[in-house]
Amino acid sequence: MSLQPETFKSLVKVAAEQVISCAPELTSLDQAIGDGDHGINMKRGFEAVLGKLDAISAQPLDEALKTIGKTLVMTVGGASGPLYGSFFLAAGEALSHDKHLPDDLADVFGSGVNAVSARGRSQAGEKTMLDVLVPVLETLKTAAGQPDLIARVRTTAAEAVERTAPMQATKGRASFLGARSVGHVDPGARSSCVLVQAVCARLEDRQ
Amino acid sequence: MTETVGIVIVSHSKDIAKGTADMVRQMVGSEVKVAFCGGNPDGGLGTSVASIIDAINDAWSAKGVAILVDLGGAETNSEMAVEMLEPAQRDLVVVCNAPIVEGAVMAATEAAGGSTLAQVRAVAEELSAD
Repeated sequence: MSLQPETFKSLVKVAAEQVISCAPELTSLDQAIGDGDHGINMKRGFEAVLGKLDAISAQPLDEALKTIGKTLVMTVGGASGPLYGSFFLAAGEALSHDKHLPDDLADVFGSGVNAVSARGRSQAGEKTMLDVLVPVLETLKTAAGQPDLIARVRTTAAEAVERTAPMQATKGRASFLGARSVGHVDPGARSSCVLVQAVCARLEDRQ
Repeated sequence: MTETVGIVIVSHSKDIAKGTADMVRQMVGSEVKVAFCGGNPDGGLGTSVASIIDAINDAWSAKGVAILVDLGGAETNSEMAVEMLEPAQRDLVVVCNAPIVEGAVMAATEAAGGSTLAQVRAVAEELSAD
């Protein structure tokens, strides 16, 4: 798995398009346990990313990730803006400091996950996007270099998002609902899964 | 006029932000700089990092700026906005853990007396103490 500029551009494009097309589902999940704006917020943010796609993909990878992060921070309009924004800003920052893809993928992804955790003052197990990102990070570490890495990441993300349904939220808006948050998949976990799976699907197509 | 800590009000709703700022001005007067913002980048309910940065600059004071927020996204976006300021500015801005209306009024009242940023924040945050 190497990351050529054209590949990166197509990964960003497919991930953004996938999130945008899932906006109605994200909104309906968020109406169940949040304030109902996750889909529309993510759509706004990733449409802004698509609007800058040519400029983004002309940048070095570290700067490109930071531009994606900053664009999400400035355009999403909900807590998911700084959360996803911090992920991409930190991942870009890691690449600016001696980390390289694909060899350091787990480290770079881990920098992003740590930034989300710090920004949200949250850990895995609290019914948030971290309940997808942390298991994905674990798979990136344990299956690094394996031929089936991408397939395992896909499976990890799909299983992780379903595991958020029985969880009771203790962070974010859903925590206001207490026990009533149980039984619903977390919208942030779902959007993280959509992004991860879109990237995996495109990489598998290219293999 | 001696410099006082500036107050920024960040709500998901522009109406709530403006109403809170109106109450502060009526109860505390105009000696404290108050700025507010509300609404996502499309104008719907939500918050916008760019608008928060603008509000911080509008309320800017050498003594610093205290931000009062309503729900989670307003807090997360305000913290993000603070981090995106220049380093020299960043250390002079705090997000208060306080109810937005009462916190803004109490913070502005304290600021009007010439208190430091730490004092202004402490008075606002007393409202959230158990």
